[in-house]
Amino acid sequence: MLKANNALLSARDITLDVDGRLILDHVNMDVRRGEIVTVIGPNGAGKSTLVRVMLGLRPFTSGRIERVPNLSVGYVPQSFPQSANVPMNVKRLLSLTMKPKNRDIDKALAETGIAHLKDARVASLSGGELQRALLARALLRKPDLLVLDEPVQAVDFFGEMKLYELISNIRKSHGCGILMVSHDLHMVMAESDRVVCLNGHVCCEGGPEKVQQDPEFAKLFGPSAARMIAAYAHHHDHDHEPHDHHHLEHKH
Amino acid sequence: MNSILSEPFFQRGLLAGLAVALVSGPVGCFIVWRRMAYFGESLAHSGLLGVGLGLLLNFNITLGATITASVLAVLLLALRRQRGLATDTLLGVLSHTALALGLIVVGLATGAASDHMDILFGDVLTVSRQDVIAVWVGAALVLASLGLMWRDLIATSVHEELARAEGVKVERVELGFILLIAVMTAIAMKIVGLLLITALMVIPAAAARRMATTPERMAVLAAGIAGLSVIGGLVASAFLGGASGPCVVLAASSFFALTLLVPQVS
Repeated sequence: MLKANNALLSARDITLDVDGRLILDHVNMDVRRGEIVTVIGPNGAGKSTLVRVMLGLRPFTSGRIERVPNLSVGYVPQSFPQSANVPMNVKRLLSLTMKPKNRDIDKALAETGIAHLKDARVASLSGGELQRALLARALLRKPDLLVLDEPVQAVDFFGEMKLYELISNIRKSHGCGILMVSHDLHMVMAESDRVVCLNGHVCCEGGPEKVQQDPEFAKLFGPSAARMIAAYAHHHDHDHEPHDHHHLEHKH
Repeated sequence: MNSILSEPFFQRGLLAGLAVALVSGPVGCFIVWRRMAYFGESLAHSGLLGVGLGLLLNFNITLGATITASVLAVLLLALRRQRGLATDTLLGVLSHTALALGLIVVGLATGAASDHMDILFGDVLTVSRQDVIAVWVGAALVLASLGLMWRDLIATSVHEELARAEGVKVERVELGFILLIAVMTAIAMKIVGLLLITALMVIPAAAARRMATTPERMAVLAAGIAGLSVIGGLVASAFLGGASGPCVVLAASSFFALTLLVPQVS
């Protein structure tokens, strides 16, 4: 079972107990190259915590994290405080912990669609622009695995759609694995290869179609959520090329 | 009129004050970025205990202040990992405990009747030639260390978790930085006093913030504003006969007020 699944990053039986409260309960998860895995769940379900455990950013009680050797990770954190910040422009933000070439910075910014913001002050960016800057930052690391914690927070509906499109394109052009956390059920379903429904423990997981028909899913989000997603996925197929076999199976 | 300004004691105070300003500007920027004003305040308060111990046991009070501030810094860092108490509550407990303990120990050492205005609010009259050298050596040390950890410290200040995920040794950087604050506290003690040190770090940085587009520019600007505040404050205190610390801090506040008139750079 160990490396047979050729996952980039795996959680094995991860349990996190904080003051007697079980935050993560024997969680297993794999992210493979080229696939988008989305973790969904209600607030307080431990989604961000799981991601932070998997990235080695916080300790856990028991279990094991497995990662392929020399795994390069691009991380876009959930929140990025904008007040009382260090004054800097976007270019500097991209160069904080590495020294990328100017050419690479331009390329990354162009890829995320904000080439014109290279010299803009970080404090002046909108929510969507900031997410794109952070995404460009992550891409500069030539990641095998991209980890996005709530990438569409503070982004309006239109921007959200665009951002998911961008993420989907990045997966195609870079071939990296993508681990994404979201509490937004609609968009996520269309783009993900696998959805992991988390509420402390893994309630259900699998392809988007399978997950939304799972009784556990309905229990967690209510039956109307499942119907809404089905409607969205259907609509989505008409707008874009289908690139998710789960949708193909479902097309009428 | 000029007589006071040409007095050796005044020049010593000015020389030491400028060294303090050179460091308090950049260190203050990080305190502003990392929202550590209260943290810095607590370290400064704890310095008084070191001063008291120094007086009581007969060793250098600057060294004493450095040691107690460093010990508290490490203690705070360890306790902060502990959950249960909010950091500012924890600081409130430790900071005032240290201050109260310091006042009592200093009282024991000097006799209960004496006041400690010079240590609490600064007095350039007390700056000796030795002090000037100690302050410049300390300042050079702090600046050099700051330069060494600059990149990591900036990355950590922008986003701690992101920096950690990208391989920055955040704990080491954090420990290094608070030790710098401790040293900073000790060398600034005689110029602005333990109760006002944080002001000389925070106010110039706050004034520089509106005008800066890069962290480096903000640090240099803050050092400049702190330097002008020290000059203005010490001159004012010489003529008004007031304690040096409050004069320096008021000078800094005036610069801050002036910068509010400058439009924010875009």
